[in-house]
Amino acid sequence: MYKSSRYSMLALISLLAGLAQAQSPGQSAIQVKEPWVRGTVAQQKATGAFMQLSAPQDMRLIEARSPVAGVVELHEMAMDNNVMKMRAVPGIDIPAGKGAELKPGGFHVMLLDLKKQLKEGDTVPLTLVLEGKDKKRQSIEVNAPVRALGTRNSPGKAANAEHNHPHGDHGSMKH
Amino acid sequence: MNPSLSQPRSHTLRTSRSVPLRMALLLPLLLTSLLSGCSDNKPAFKGVDITGANYGRSLQLPDSSGKLRSLDEFKGKFILLFFGFTQCPDVCPTALTRAQEIKQQLGKDGERLQVIFVSVDPERDTPELLGNYLAAFDRSFIGLRGDAEQTRQAAAAFKVFYEKVPTGSSYTINHTAMSYLFDAQGRLRLALRHTQTAEEHVADLRLLMRE
Repeated sequence: MYKSSRYSMLALISLLAGLAQAQSPGQSAIQVKEPWVRGTVAQQKATGAFMQLSAPQDMRLIEARSPVAGVVELHEMAMDNNVMKMRAVPGIDIPAGKGAELKPGGFHVMLLDLKKQLKEGDTVPLTLVLEGKDKKRQSIEVNAPVRALGTRNSPGKAANAEHNHPHGDHGSMKH
Repeated sequence: MNPSLSQPRSHTLRTSRSVPLRMALLLPLLLTSLLSGCSDNKPAFKGVDITGANYGRSLQLPDSSGKLRSLDEFKGKFILLFFGFTQCPDVCPTALTRAQEIKQQLGKDGERLQVIFVSVDPERDTPELLGNYLAAFDRSFIGLRGDAEQTRQAAAAFKVFYEKVPTGSSYTINHTAMSYLFDAQGRLRLALRHTQTAEEHVADLRLLMRE
């Protein structure tokens, strides 16, 4: 069945993510899906950015930068005997075909020393630096939408879901 | 309860072969339920039952408006309490969104739940920041924040571990990510792991509310 509203949502997301894929021909297609940044309140100086990364060959995310943050680090969270442990990591592997998911409960891009409050609906530009096995580096630009601080972790619950219309649902058209 | 226990009831035994098979399947389940004390009608909590624990008996800390709060003042309400810090990008907002969901799923009973968040980072969590941060999730959530010594004592009183960990330019905090549930008499009853869902928290709260 064809759900146009859902597709337009997906299209919007891939459009946002697509900005990350703008690249010169000949470069490998690194994909960034569903990037998002957790919103902050005034005076809050740190937050996380999350996304799904994939690449046609083994790559490694080795650096991230953003104009909204004084410092950007790559972090990994792990639970050890009910203690949450956070640590900075030198890189996040993106195995070919498998990709890497940066999500709560695992890896994230840590934005520190924030220069302003990040509000829902804002867009955070991120530059991701990836390195291949041949040590060649590529930079990609991502525009990550800010989700409300009190947002659920699972993607797909976009804030503008109420714009959905049932008109795409051909199976149940009423006349 | 184990859902598989109720399954055979809805089916008639069709073949003779299935009878011993069913018995073989049911026997360990019956034994487990006997061993776990289900036959005593003891509620099956999803969290760890720590009723009678010799820790987590009391807590007194200032809230984000500076007013000294004590757990005793919430008697009559169920308390969901956990420790965290606002610069935390992962477990703390996850625990707070879960608390939102728990309150929502409880419906009207959600009013009987008080969520309390204790900062383990008083250095950066100013009262104003803590207040704004919690209000972003739910205006009824209370944030407590003491000075360094009060924080140390509060964490120790709940066997909560926390430590500053330097990162490249700043620091983050490793900390215990357990949630504590108090009953309406103000008794510490359950410890829930971070991996447990809102649904599991709600199931335990409902059991406590039915007592």
